[in-house]
Amino acid sequence: MANRYKFTALLLACCAVVALFIGQGLTLDNYQFFLSRRIPKLLAIILAAVCISASSLVFQTITNNRILTPSILGFDSLYLLIQALLVVLWGTSSVVIAHPIINFLISCAVMTGLALTLFHFYFSRKGNDIFTLLLLGVVLGSVFSSCANFLIMLIDPNEFTTLQAMMFASFNNVNDTLVYWVSLPLVLCLWWLLRSAATLDVLWLGPDNATSLGVNGPKMVKRCMFIITVMVAISTALVGPVLFFGLITVSLTRQVFQWHQHKYLIIASGLLAVLLLVSGQWVVEKVLGFDTTISVIINFVGGTYFLYLLYKNKV
Amino acid sequence: MAFTPRFAASFALVMLAFLACSSLFIGASELSLHAIWQGNEQAWQILTVSRIPRLLAIVLAGAGLSVAGLIMQQIVQNRFASPSTTGTIDCAVLGYVAGMIFISSDALWLHFGSIFLCAMAGTLILVRFIQHLQFKNAVLVPLIGIMYGNVISAISTFIAYKYDLVQTMATWTLANFASVLQGNYEMLFLAIPACFIAYYFARQFSAISVGKHFATNLGLNYQGLVTLGVILVAAIAALAVMTVGVIPFIGLIVPNVVALIMGDNLKRILPWTAYWGVVLVLLCDVIGRIIIFPYEIPIAMIISIIGGALFIYLILRDKRHG
Amino acid sequence: MITLSKLNKTYGSQRVVNEASMAFEQGKITAIIGPNGAGKSTLLSMASRLTKLDDGAIRIANVALQDWDNAELAKTLSVLRQANNVNMRFSVRELVAFGRFPHSQGRLTPEDENKIDDALAKLDLTLLQHKYLDQLSGGQRQMAFIAMVVAQDTEYVFLDEPLNNLDIKHSVEIMQVLRRLAHDFGKAVVIVIHDINFAASYADNLVAMKQGKVVCQGSVAEVLTEQQMSQIYDIPFAIHDIGDKKVCVYFG
Repeated sequence: MANRYKFTALLLACCAVVALFIGQGLTLDNYQFFLSRRIPKLLAIILAAVCISASSLVFQTITNNRILTPSILGFDSLYLLIQALLVVLWGTSSVVIAHPIINFLISCAVMTGLALTLFHFYFSRKGNDIFTLLLLGVVLGSVFSSCANFLIMLIDPNEFTTLQAMMFASFNNVNDTLVYWVSLPLVLCLWWLLRSAATLDVLWLGPDNATSLGVNGPKMVKRCMFIITVMVAISTALVGPVLFFGLITVSLTRQVFQWHQHKYLIIASGLLAVLLLVSGQWVVEKVLGFDTTISVIINFVGGTYFLYLLYKNKV
Repeated sequence: MAFTPRFAASFALVMLAFLACSSLFIGASELSLHAIWQGNEQAWQILTVSRIPRLLAIVLAGAGLSVAGLIMQQIVQNRFASPSTTGTIDCAVLGYVAGMIFISSDALWLHFGSIFLCAMAGTLILVRFIQHLQFKNAVLVPLIGIMYGNVISAISTFIAYKYDLVQTMATWTLANFASVLQGNYEMLFLAIPACFIAYYFARQFSAISVGKHFATNLGLNYQGLVTLGVILVAAIAALAVMTVGVIPFIGLIVPNVVALIMGDNLKRILPWTAYWGVVLVLLCDVIGRIIIFPYEIPIAMIISIIGGALFIYLILRDKRHG
Repeated sequence: MITLSKLNKTYGSQRVVNEASMAFEQGKITAIIGPNGAGKSTLLSMASRLTKLDDGAIRIANVALQDWDNAELAKTLSVLRQANNVNMRFSVRELVAFGRFPHSQGRLTPEDENKIDDALAKLDLTLLQHKYLDQLSGGQRQMAFIAMVVAQDTEYVFLDEPLNNLDIKHSVEIMQVLRRLAHDFGKAVVIVIHDINFAASYADNLVAMKQGKVVCQGSVAEVLTEQQMSQIYDIPFAIHDIGDKKVCVYFG
């Protein structure tokens, strides 16, 4: 079957890029130093790639829509607001900014805490639907972003440089210990999604047919939103906001593979995401010689791709 | 009983006058009626260079953006549409950033042209897309619009990042009437003809909002009217972004609240939408100046908190009534 | 046997279903008929747990609906609503395979494959099984969805307007399949249907509703009288016996 060949090719390409990323320029003398720097970075890229693509895919399923991504819920603005607030209150040299693990814990706790409060409030009401929840998220996101802009205005330009580094996703200053710590919850989330893959397939048929087939749609949506929140919050706090990356990988996966099973789609889009991100990082580092701008490039490319999809009415 | 149109109109006028006076006399530098009466030169200067331009800018931006929101809602047949949920504002910001970088001349009209063209082209793309959309969930349309806006602002950020303007851009785009001075806001007067054109075509826009086939059946040029509407909306949004910055929610909240109270007759509610837009912006501006007096909180902050709360109420209320 | 007793449903101030009681037996096709807005579809979706009821009681195989586990119930009761917009590109076989989800949770066993083949054969879709849904005509697509329900192989089958927008040939084929399900395989088939002559020809029992209330129910012969039909639809009816079928003529 054609899908199978494409998948094998993708897998091989992925391995090749990863090997190139890890192995380039290694010698017997320097391998310890390079490996100790490259492995956490690679792990961060892989974790972020897989998380973002899987959460976007599942998000599109539960919203039954092919152009939305969870970033629309305003996580990026909230993340920015948290960082700006920390800088305004305690300055860039304080422990909440300078210490990556503490900063990570604060960001994660606030993001998941707020998202879950919103979900709890929303799902406990009657007659809810997922789009209204999204619109609520978007409105809050826009409020956060106004507040963040106000705080940015107040920040001293010298201190702003630190904040700007956090505004854009980067794999260069990822903390080693942090990467190993977050891999456990992320792998758990991913495992849960893979385990529920067949149930997610049923959601393609719409809520009534899903109920008829014994799937409790609202409960499934609630659980998925929870998992997606955790994944997005962790990956945002880990590498920074990457708005459109999920959109690109999921759309491309759908264009390349004629699958509808989540089991395969999750794996394929994860591989594609790793391939794109690792090769993108490699190109940015080695060819273009940029330092931290990969997320800006991702958003630019992803945004243009989104516009193309809109223009072609392909969504 | 007392709520005759005449009473409503006079009440409205009194309230507007009161707010306008508060706007004129609240500010960092002291300004008293007495000083003006005596012809104090400094007082007059504050009044003519800063306070009156500020008041006029508020009036024009508030009215213009509310009317723009109202027109947008007719064009895409969705109550949650507005310049800020259809990407118009984000496209205008893109035009602004591009203009700042690529246009070396200082001529205001050149910058206005760049903002206006971006806003118009960007909005037209989205409107065309929405017209082709098969399942028009009431909430899906603004979601797609906002996604689209995010994409556009990612592109703006990319450009700003390349030219090391990220913090400057955040300051530019945050709406703030404090920077409005005599000489830099006069372009906003163009919003007046835009609103009058919208009023003149009100019935046609109403017909559009029922649907393409309905409008065509009445002998109207559907695409032509849609394009006219987009041009008006883009022009108003471009003017507001250029002179004031991004004022979120206003085009969304005001038309919805007015329609809630006064029904959907466009010709009748359009002037009231403009009026309440002015009142809301004035009120938020005055609040922003009072809270941490003598400093100011930018109006964008105040309005996004008040407007955000109102909008959430509207969404939830909408759901409850099915 | 499914029994509904005194079901009520109110939307806003509108009472859509009003004290409706009825029973659906195995081995029979029960058709719910009535004018627009009679509450037929609401009743059907309450009986098949798609819509929550305001009050009243539903017992399925002698167990109250609220005591059923949703996943377990899916092996006993299936339901198909009218509008089935599927965003994804499924082949017919893939769609039908979803019917086996309650039994195998997505991991198809050889027995599942047999049931899928069987369902495809029953609806005459075997030749089309590898076509994608968007390549089919409206009638064929509806057949595919019904095949999914057939593959689910449940004791109770609920269908909301299965003949909507279908041509005569597809309508007759679908009704013949439903009749086989009921008479040969002993299932309880419940349909909401607009065409009263289709109901009269293929159903065993009729339930007639008007303004949320059950006006009359029973065998086709009991319900299908000129007086009762005229009362329900507010226009004069003439009922003729042609062969062994009753045919309503209501063209004034």
